[in-house]
Amino acid sequence: MIRDEIKKFIVEKFLFNCADQLDDEASLLETNTVDSVGILEIVGFIENRFNLKVEDEELTAENLDSINKIARFVEKKLGLQG
Amino acid sequence: MTAKEHMNEFSYDSLKLDCEKETARLTAFISEAVGRRLRRQGAVVGISGGIDSSVTAALCVRALGAEKVIGLLMPERDSHPDTLKLSRLVGESLGIKTFYRDLTPILTGLGFYQDMTACIREVIPEFGEGWRWKISASEISEDRVFTFFWLVVQSPPGEIIKKRLLAEKLLHLIALSNFKQRTRKMLEYHYADRFNYAVAGTSNLPESDQGFFVKLGDGAGDFKPIAHLYKSQIYQLGQYLGLPEAITGRQPTADIHPLSQGQDEFFYGLPYEQMDACLYGEKNSLPPEAVARATGLSPERVSLIYKQLAHRRAVNEYLSLLPLYPEP
Repeated sequence: MIRDEIKKFIVEKFLFNCADQLDDEASLLETNTVDSVGILEIVGFIENRFNLKVEDEELTAENLDSINKIARFVEKKLGLQG
Repeated sequence: MTAKEHMNEFSYDSLKLDCEKETARLTAFISEAVGRRLRRQGAVVGISGGIDSSVTAALCVRALGAEKVIGLLMPERDSHPDTLKLSRLVGESLGIKTFYRDLTPILTGLGFYQDMTACIREVIPEFGEGWRWKISASEISEDRVFTFFWLVVQSPPGEIIKKRLLAEKLLHLIALSNFKQRTRKMLEYHYADRFNYAVAGTSNLPESDQGFFVKLGDGAGDFKPIAHLYKSQIYQLGQYLGLPEAITGRQPTADIHPLSQGQDEFFYGLPYEQMDACLYGEKNSLPPEAVARATGLSPERVSLIYKQLAHRRAVNEYLSLLPLYPEP
């Protein structure tokens, strides 16, 4: 699943595999899980892994600030949501 | 207005310094720090021609005497042409001994210019000889509290190309840029060793608080006399200390990249006066509305800036940490 892949990337990259430290709904920024560079790393990951292009105007908290939000954003970009 | 309401208000007067008193306090601090705590015989200050290093040098002169302060002038080939001119002006106006060290050969030896050009070309292949570049940060907005960055290049005739940076390239460009601040600090410690002096750190409060410095680069120093002062307070001190108008009237510039760039553009997204006000409000738990009234920013924007300040402070904490040791 898309969400699982995103979560795996974030947990491995930013939480040193301590998955219990992060809820899928939690804000990545407000929990200080990632900084701006971290957001860019996540953007790079989803662009490469899911072969999509994230536009500047799509770099928003609504699209990128939690595991669930990123998963919904990727699904929307891939046309998997109605 | 009740006392509680008054405490929740903000005006720019909150950032006004009693310059005479603060100068006396800081000169006493420097004398004590350098002479007694650090047991050095003077101070070395890297002078950039900006307000922070100029005020630091001026305070050291008041505290220790001009004959015990050394100024280092350390431009490199991409520095703004004013950098050396203004650095010299500061040194002359303070009557201190200065050493001129061009960083260009050292940076060339490190492969800095070659690697930087290669890295930029990987992002923007058109980048060529005579082109200039900078990293530009996005402004925060209501729907985004994080920052993203563009690489901006300009051809000799003035054509601009701008491309958003991926994390890997951003980190590479920053790592290369950091060579400059670390090379400068290396030279400062060289002269400190040579004359048995201490190195003055020149970071101000917004920089120290937010991690806007290079670890073991411009963030390093044996004592930091202005690290508790907001940028606007440093300008006030600069005027009080009689620094040349060319310094006190000059807007801040990072002078890291060849294309002209203000510090506000790279890191804060705001002019320094407004950033001072927001940081003061955030650190003193003032309602965003109070800072909004004084600055003309919207309460929503101030609220977002508060969030960003708290976030950056947290994620950049490691820059200020001393090395970590296990329990013995």
